[in-house]
Amino acid sequence: MKNVYINSVGSVSAQNTTDDSDFLKDIISYNETTITAINPNYKDFIPPAAARRMAKGIKMGIVASKLALQKAGLESVDAIITGTGMGCLHDSEKFLSAIIDNNEEYLTPTPFIQSTHNTVGGQIALEIQCKGYNFTYVHGSNSFESALLDAKLQLELDEANNILIGGVDELADHTIVLNKIIHHIKEEPVESSKILDSKTKGAVFSEGANFFVVSNKKKASSLAQIEALEIYNTLTIDSVENQARQFLKENHINPSNVDALILGNNGDVEFDTFYHKLATGDFKNTQQFVYKPWTGEFNTVSSFGLLLAANILKIQNTPEPFKLNNTNTSHYKTILLYNQYRGENHSFTLLRTC
Amino acid sequence: MEALKLELKENIIEQLNLEDMTVADIGDDDMLFGDGLGLDSIDALELIVMLDKNYGIKLTDPKEGRHIFESVNTMAAYITEHRSK
Repeated sequence: MKNVYINSVGSVSAQNTTDDSDFLKDIISYNETTITAINPNYKDFIPPAAARRMAKGIKMGIVASKLALQKAGLESVDAIITGTGMGCLHDSEKFLSAIIDNNEEYLTPTPFIQSTHNTVGGQIALEIQCKGYNFTYVHGSNSFESALLDAKLQLELDEANNILIGGVDELADHTIVLNKIIHHIKEEPVESSKILDSKTKGAVFSEGANFFVVSNKKKASSLAQIEALEIYNTLTIDSVENQARQFLKENHINPSNVDALILGNNGDVEFDTFYHKLATGDFKNTQQFVYKPWTGEFNTVSSFGLLLAANILKIQNTPEPFKLNNTNTSHYKTILLYNQYRGENHSFTLLRTC
Repeated sequence: MEALKLELKENIIEQLNLEDMTVADIGDDDMLFGDGLGLDSIDALELIVMLDKNYGIKLTDPKEGRHIFESVNTMAAYITEHRSK
C-alpha cells in the first residue's frame, strides 16, 4: 500500500487563513454567539457570471479548492471528495421559505439547484473541469473524516494519485435561530479566549471551508503524512481513552510517543467532558492544542484541525493562543487529532512528518 | 410604461443576482440573452416565474418566450397587454 501525503491546503475561515504566508500569526478574537468566515475577494477566484448564483458556502469551497490546487501546482485532480454536515443551507432556507411564502407556487429554480449537499463538489468540478470521481459525504461531524477516509483508501490502493478533499459548511439565518432555541448555540456571547471556561451549554457556531490536495506522491512541499484514521458513530465517555489507546496500538505507537494532541473542545459544558478524558489521562504530559475557540464550531471544522496539525508538522511552529496546556515540545513528529460533536461522530486521525 | 421598464430592470437585477449592475446599465433595447446581458436558460426560468408571480402571466409556449424576453422593451410591451395583476 502507498503512503498518503497532504501536499497542500487552502482555507477560508474565521481566521486569516486565506493568505497563510504568516500562518496564524495574528489571531482574531471574537465575542459572539456565531462567527462568520472572513470573505476573500471572490472575484479573484470565480467569474462574476458564475458567482452570482453561488451562496457563501459554494464560494468558500471554490476559493479553498483553488488555493489548494495552486499550492500543489496542479490544475486538476483525479477526484474531488467533499464533506459537509449541513450542505448549502442558505439556498435550502431560501427555497423552503419560498414554498411557504408563496403557498407552494412560483418556485424559482436557482435556490433549488444550488441547495443540494453536493452542489459544492459539483461547482468545484465545473470550475476546474474535473470529470473524475466526485463524491460528497454528509455525516454530521464525521462528514470530513468520511471524505478523508475515502481519499486515503483510493490513494493507498493507487486508484488515484491526487485527490482534492475538503470540508465546508455555511451559516444561515433560520438555522441559527433554530439552534439557539434548542441551546446548541450558546445563549450569551463569549470571548474566544474564555470559551473553554464558559461552563454553559452549546457552542459558538461558525462556518468555513478547508480543502487539501492529498496524494500518494510525496513532494518537497508536502506538509505531512496521513498515517491512520478511524471514525466511530458512538463512543461512551468512559471508553474514549481506551479507544485512543487501541487506535494508537494498531498503529504501533504508545501514547507517550505522541508529540501533540489536537482536541475539538468548543466550550460546551455538556460535551467537552469527552476531551477532558484524554487531556487529563494518558496525554496529560503531551502538548495539547485546541482550535474551535478561534474558529467556532461547525460540522466540518475538524478540517481546520487537520490544517493546523499539518502546518505544525511542516513549519514546526505553533500559534500560541491555540495551546491548551503548558507542556512544550521541541520537535513535532507525530500528532493525534480527536474530534466529536455533542457526544457523537468521534474520530481519531494520526499524522506524521514526512 | 417607463415606470414598468424601471421596475423590470430592478427585478431582473434582484432576481438574477446581477450584483455588479445598476438599472442604468440595462438599456431598454439591450438583448437580455446572448450577446447582450448574457442571461442563460436558468435565468429564462426565473423570468417566467417572475411574470407569473408579479403580473399574473403564465407562459405555456416556450417559443413565445424567445420574443417576449428579447429586451426590457419587449417584456414591458407584453406585460402591458397581458397582465392580470
